[in-house]
Amino acid sequence: MLVIKIFKFKNLRFIPLIFLSACIENAPLDSLSPEGPYARSIDELFWITFWIAVGVFVIVQGALILSVFVFKEKPESPEPKQIHGNTKLEILWTVIPVLILAAIAVPTVQTIFDLAREPEDALKIEVIGHQWWFEYKYPDYGITTANVLVIPADKPVRLEMWSNDVLHNYWVPKLNGKRYLVPGQTTYLNLHADSPDEFWAQCGEYCGLSHSKMRGRVLSLSQKDFDNWVANEQKNATAFSNEDLSLAAEGQQVYLNAGCTQCHVVNGVWDVQGDRIAPNLTHFAVRNVFAGAALENNRENLTRWLANPAEVKPGTFMPNLELTESEINALIAYLETLK
Amino acid sequence: MTKIIEPKKQSNIFRRPSSETGIWSWITTVDHKRIGIMYGYAAFFFLLIGGLEALVLRIQLSQPDNNFLTAAEYNAMFTMHGTTMIFLAIMPISAAFFNYLLPLQIGARDVAFPRLNALSFWIFIFGGAFLYSTFIFGTAGAPEGGYLAEEVGWLGSAPNGGWFGYQPNAGMKYSPGTAMDYWAIGLQILGIASLISAFNFITTIINMRTEGMRFMRMPVFTWMTFAVSFLLAFSLPIIAIALFYVTFDRKFGTTFFLTEGGGDPVLWQHLFWLFGHPEVYILILPAFGIVSEVLPTFSRKPLFGYAAIVFAGFGIAFIGFGVWAHHMFASAISPVAQAGFGLSTMVIAVPTGVKIFNWLGTIWGGKLKLNTPMLFSLGFIGMFVIGGLSGVTHSVVPADTQQTDTYYVVAHFHYVLFGGALFGIFSGLYYWFPKVWGKMYNETLGKIHFWLMLIGFNLTFGPMHWLGLQGQVRRTWVYAEETNLAFWNVVVTVGAFIIAVSIIVFMINWIFSKRNGEEAPFDPWDARTIEWTIPSPTPVWNFSKAPIVKSLDDFWHAKYSEDDEGRAVRRDSADELLQELEEEGLNPSENIELPSPSYYPIILASGLPFLGYAVIYYSIPLAIIGSLLLLIGGFGWGTEPLEEHIEESENE
Repeated sequence: MLVIKIFKFKNLRFIPLIFLSACIENAPLDSLSPEGPYARSIDELFWITFWIAVGVFVIVQGALILSVFVFKEKPESPEPKQIHGNTKLEILWTVIPVLILAAIAVPTVQTIFDLAREPEDALKIEVIGHQWWFEYKYPDYGITTANVLVIPADKPVRLEMWSNDVLHNYWVPKLNGKRYLVPGQTTYLNLHADSPDEFWAQCGEYCGLSHSKMRGRVLSLSQKDFDNWVANEQKNATAFSNEDLSLAAEGQQVYLNAGCTQCHVVNGVWDVQGDRIAPNLTHFAVRNVFAGAALENNRENLTRWLANPAEVKPGTFMPNLELTESEINALIAYLETLK
Repeated sequence: MTKIIEPKKQSNIFRRPSSETGIWSWITTVDHKRIGIMYGYAAFFFLLIGGLEALVLRIQLSQPDNNFLTAAEYNAMFTMHGTTMIFLAIMPISAAFFNYLLPLQIGARDVAFPRLNALSFWIFIFGGAFLYSTFIFGTAGAPEGGYLAEEVGWLGSAPNGGWFGYQPNAGMKYSPGTAMDYWAIGLQILGIASLISAFNFITTIINMRTEGMRFMRMPVFTWMTFAVSFLLAFSLPIIAIALFYVTFDRKFGTTFFLTEGGGDPVLWQHLFWLFGHPEVYILILPAFGIVSEVLPTFSRKPLFGYAAIVFAGFGIAFIGFGVWAHHMFASAISPVAQAGFGLSTMVIAVPTGVKIFNWLGTIWGGKLKLNTPMLFSLGFIGMFVIGGLSGVTHSVVPADTQQTDTYYVVAHFHYVLFGGALFGIFSGLYYWFPKVWGKMYNETLGKIHFWLMLIGFNLTFGPMHWLGLQGQVRRTWVYAEETNLAFWNVVVTVGAFIIAVSIIVFMINWIFSKRNGEEAPFDPWDARTIEWTIPSPTPVWNFSKAPIVKSLDDFWHAKYSEDDEGRAVRRDSADELLQELEEEGLNPSENIELPSPSYYPIILASGLPFLGYAVIYYSIPLAIIGSLLLLIGGFGWGTEPLEEHIEESENE
């Protein structure tokens, strides 16, 4: 992808860069492959600055290397002229950088304000940082979910963000730059994805033991799929009756009795008003990742996680409930029904 | 022949120390040269420890989802790596240069307050030891209510909140245990050391210059010492206050940075970076000074635009106080603040550019001797330019919101602080090696060191730019395999080990040359400044008689005049002058009074760690011991005359 980026500047085939890019294609957190207008405006600004920097780099390093070769001491070298300075030259190399920087400053300031402006008719989503996962709330739809942010494609969304504990930093490199989540304050970030796709998110700010595993996914859906997703998320889970003898129903009993309800809500099964410190599980099976998006949502990973959460995410607030193998299997069967 | 006046051996609280050799002579010394040497060795020791920590980090990151270290250990290692390199390695190694060279460059016998100088050294040592005692006594663990699958172990019981200690993560709730207390109080103690030496150097430069050493005749290294001292004097109080807040939040239940008590975590960021950004210039300006000495000497040309370089240095120091929020572009600051700090960050690039162009102007047209100090200085320019340019991309705020908190930033500041500051420091270590030890270093080993380090450095930190742009965040214990970052992480790790090899070469060269190197003449580089007019190694009394300075680069002008074309021509009198200097240097013609050694600096300094432990463990007895040591040290100091002498001894 980067290769394409480089060739946008057709005459500047910077070979080492292509070599570099060849080795790191398909990096899901690549900040140089924008997939939406916000990220693209940043990207354009970066490349303008980058090529100016390359120009300065070539001039300065060129002068450095040239003078080493030309003025290296040789047996016949005369003593050098004792030049103490040159006011004209010095003014020149003060003024030229000022002009270059002024040229960069103009689009910089414009872009700063463009990025900060609240888009019209944007869907509002609340992002709440927890150690170590992101919670998403859709006040317009009454939805609470975690780890996977679902947005409509080709429409701007406005994130209103804060933190429940320490500083976090929300980053979807292909859609926009980073913005901190601060306890006690609201910060804002706009996202806009060109088309339906899946993007990676990552917490940027060091936030304690499992900072590196505080990840996320952003799923942009076509309007129709998005509406379906909303409708589905608004539904409650159906509780299994006590007479049901299926494995999933057994799992529901584990969920209700083993201690999971202390922190996890399943709407329609265990409703609690107010915030809980762990992800809402009502539509757990719809999400393709869990545990702060550190793990793919599959049986193997769920077994690993339920057996000892702290082994996956050091410092996690989810205790090791000492579940038996059969309890774990039942719980997984239950979680798989939460669509 | 020497007529150094011996100290009187008379009792105060203690008998005045009188040994001139052996360990006690070093412990009680107030000689700026010995203090400088001790600063240098201590700082280098910490540089090695910080380097080992870096290697451990690199092993962990050499493959995705690695488990060489636990998360607790990794976090402790990167916190201690940053804290060590900044506060215990680069700052004190700069202090080593200031101490050793400053009096020599301005023609003084010592600094203005020799015992204070010893005090700041010992406070630094006790502060460093205190901070590192966390590995023995400190505790750390999961946040309140969190769980760990395994014990944190001794490696993980060090401070783990990052060298930047962002609140509330570094507060008691999220970083329980005592490790972060060691960090906060350790930095507080180290800050006292730097603050004392800052005032000492400012006073020395203003008051102790020899006859004719006007401000605009001072060597650039002295100028940069001056600028750094002011930076320290103005920035350290800010972090001192912020660290007091943190200590009170952690130990005494205040809520300066805790939202639940009406505090503000962003306030910590502001206070920290209001100190932290000037700190960057505290680390780099000494290297600017060193390079400005080395380049003219090895180019046999005066520094191009001396005044511009001096004022650019002060411009950088001044503007350096107005750019702190560029560390917080993604934090909770408004677009107006983003724009303002983005612009001020661009502005600071201008004086920095002026310096670089003037250095290029210095070597242009010269007669370059590519000895090791010169190679390191040239390498400094090359690497620092890269760090400076990536710095400009940070001033472009929207771009920075992509780059901040990624390896791009790690690459950037290592190009500035390693490619910049450390290359400059190595240049200085080789350049003044003959003056300090009276021996020449081995040139071949020096060049091997340079090339290995240059290659290792670029392999380590070059690819980090790409890793950052491809999404590798900082302080990341693991990265997912799917992020496709593994290849360049391996390259980086290999580079880090090449740097380690280059450091070993340096150490071999140092130890070997110090013992068996060729005898160094007093002016091996045909240098320009007055520290080269005295014997190598520098005699205890520095200058046999106070030098009289007639111009900038006084020593050079005493040796060389210019012909009609402006080319340097050696004066006929030069050889005579050198011979005279050589004879005179070891035979002082006047009575020289040197400050006498003292026990009190180390006694006073030793009280501080006790006070630190007292706060951490709420211990009254330790507080009493610490206070008593401070009192005894202070009282003995106060009643002890600076110089004591009753008789002259004439040693034949």
